[in-house]
Amino acid sequence: MLQVQGLVNRFGTQVVHDGLDMEVRADEVFGVVGGSGSGKSVLLRTILGLQRPIAGVVRIDGGDITRMSEAQLRSVKAHYGVTFQQGALYTGLTVLQNVQLPMIEHLELERPALEELALLRIRLVGLPAEAARKYPAELSGGMVKRAALARALALDPRLLFLDEPTSGLDPVSAAAFDELVLYLQKQLRLTIVMITHDLDSIFRTCNRVGVIVDGRMESDTLQRIVDHPHPWIRAYFHGERARARRGAAHGA
Amino acid sequence: MSLEVRRTDEGLELELTGEWVAQQILAIESGVAALDLAAARHLSIATQRLSALDLSGAWALRRLVKRARAAGVAVSFRGTPPDQLRLLDEILSDTSLAGAPAGSGPPDRQPLAAIGRNAVLAGRDLLHALAFVGHASTTLLRALVRPRRLRPISIARHVYDTGITAMPIVALIAFLISVIIAYMSAKQLRGLGADIYVVDLVAIGVLRELGVLLTSIIVAGRSGSAFAAELGSMRLNEEVDALIATGVEPFEVLVLPRVLGLTIALPLLTIIADLTGLTGGALLCRYLLDMPLTQYASRVTEAISSTTFWVGLVKAPVFAALIALAGCYRGMQVRESARELGRLVTVAVVQAIFCVILADALFAVLFMEMDI
Repeated sequence: MLQVQGLVNRFGTQVVHDGLDMEVRADEVFGVVGGSGSGKSVLLRTILGLQRPIAGVVRIDGGDITRMSEAQLRSVKAHYGVTFQQGALYTGLTVLQNVQLPMIEHLELERPALEELALLRIRLVGLPAEAARKYPAELSGGMVKRAALARALALDPRLLFLDEPTSGLDPVSAAAFDELVLYLQKQLRLTIVMITHDLDSIFRTCNRVGVIVDGRMESDTLQRIVDHPHPWIRAYFHGERARARRGAAHGA
Repeated sequence: MSLEVRRTDEGLELELTGEWVAQQILAIESGVAALDLAAARHLSIATQRLSALDLSGAWALRRLVKRARAAGVAVSFRGTPPDQLRLLDEILSDTSLAGAPAGSGPPDRQPLAAIGRNAVLAGRDLLHALAFVGHASTTLLRALVRPRRLRPISIARHVYDTGITAMPIVALIAFLISVIIAYMSAKQLRGLGADIYVVDLVAIGVLRELGVLLTSIIVAGRSGSAFAAELGSMRLNEEVDALIATGVEPFEVLVLPRVLGLTIALPLLTIIADLTGLTGGALLCRYLLDMPLTQYASRVTEAISSTTFWVGLVKAPVFAALIALAGCYRGMQVRESARELGRLVTVAVVQAIFCVILADALFAVLFMEMDI
């Protein structure tokens, strides 16, 4: 579904990625983990074609997007959906218009059909219908995340990128959002790449996890990556917070 | 083709083929719309040959089923109906989320009501603007008591941003405008043999009015918009809220330095505009009218009185305060969206220029009464 091979990204003398490999298989939820400044966002931006890498290959559905023209890239972009960390909803448009925008750009539909399809997305992510006419500034943090997800699903993508989908949410909303992601993944047979810091999210949703350390990625199934010998990965999965989480899980 | 139709005695047999996905939705919709259900009593649908079916495709299929049932046609699936259809039913039957989307409510289109509402809004806006000016003034008074609160470094930055960096454009425009005035008037006055009055026109025009007015308009476009955009995006970013929450008065750190900085910078820019304006006039007189520079200089001193320069300059700080206040006020009004930011920056510049010209007219009346 998605392959990254030998990715190199550098800003000036600072090396962000130094031969990073990553593979995401169809129908899995792949978590991307890394310390602050380890290049998670740069990786996402590279995969989305927002910036070109110095070296390396990024294949989405077989095509190498680093070598594509703008026009080819545009048609690839219709096949995946993205949500950004802050939601990145268009503040001048209502939620409904936000969801309709990709449809208007990529599909040629009549207005009533557009509206119905957009409302369907909005209900799919569990937003009440009256939220459709609201502006992003009138929504709570959790609703913004859901609206962003509805917009990402506008074109029925097979591949979905979620950048920190649960950051800034309370644990209950975060858990509900994870449930929603799992539900959508099963129902719509999505492949999901999720960048996250949230250990709970990882344990609830991810099949496999890739950890960015030293400019490369160590990826494995969730059960096995937890016992990876690299010191940062150990610290991440066995640190104070992780232990508290596991303790709670065992107690339950 | 997205569907194959076979007519049988009882009704229609549909065979869905190809990809029923969002990208193909237009073709699917037109195929479904072309379907004639009139004579049919029974519709049987087969989905086994579909190579892909996503939510949009399922939605189109569901619409077809609903349309058939509404027309009194019995619908059945050969084999199991696709999962996506069940998912759709699940979503759409979840009544906790149902209900018509809250209408934005048709805006009141009655002209009389609209006039009234706009008048009330304009009045309220004026009151808010007055409150803003009042707030800025009291902040200034409080800061004058404790000069550290004037934030000299911040003021210096704004003098640099609005003054020093504006010097080239202000100088160029003042130069060009005075050349234009000198050239136009020279053509007219030469016919009367009154070439020498070109100097009077340029000197008085530039010093009293054009120098300060042109500078103000350029600065309103450059810095008034910058103030509004800067403060507006800070508001969108909740930076202003963060300041208030930390117990820092945003008027003191954001508005006051900008107003004071521009009040210092604009008179200095005006002096530069005056200088380059007179230089432009001198060059034109030298090369077009063959007037020696010494004669130009002595004529300038004769033409102007001791107050001419100051009458122009004294307006500059007032204009500066108007521009800075308009920019900051509109910037602080931004609340929700990027579109609002754009609208308010535009309003800031338009109102700054309007206020400057209005104030200039008032000054003209005042100086006339004072006989200077």
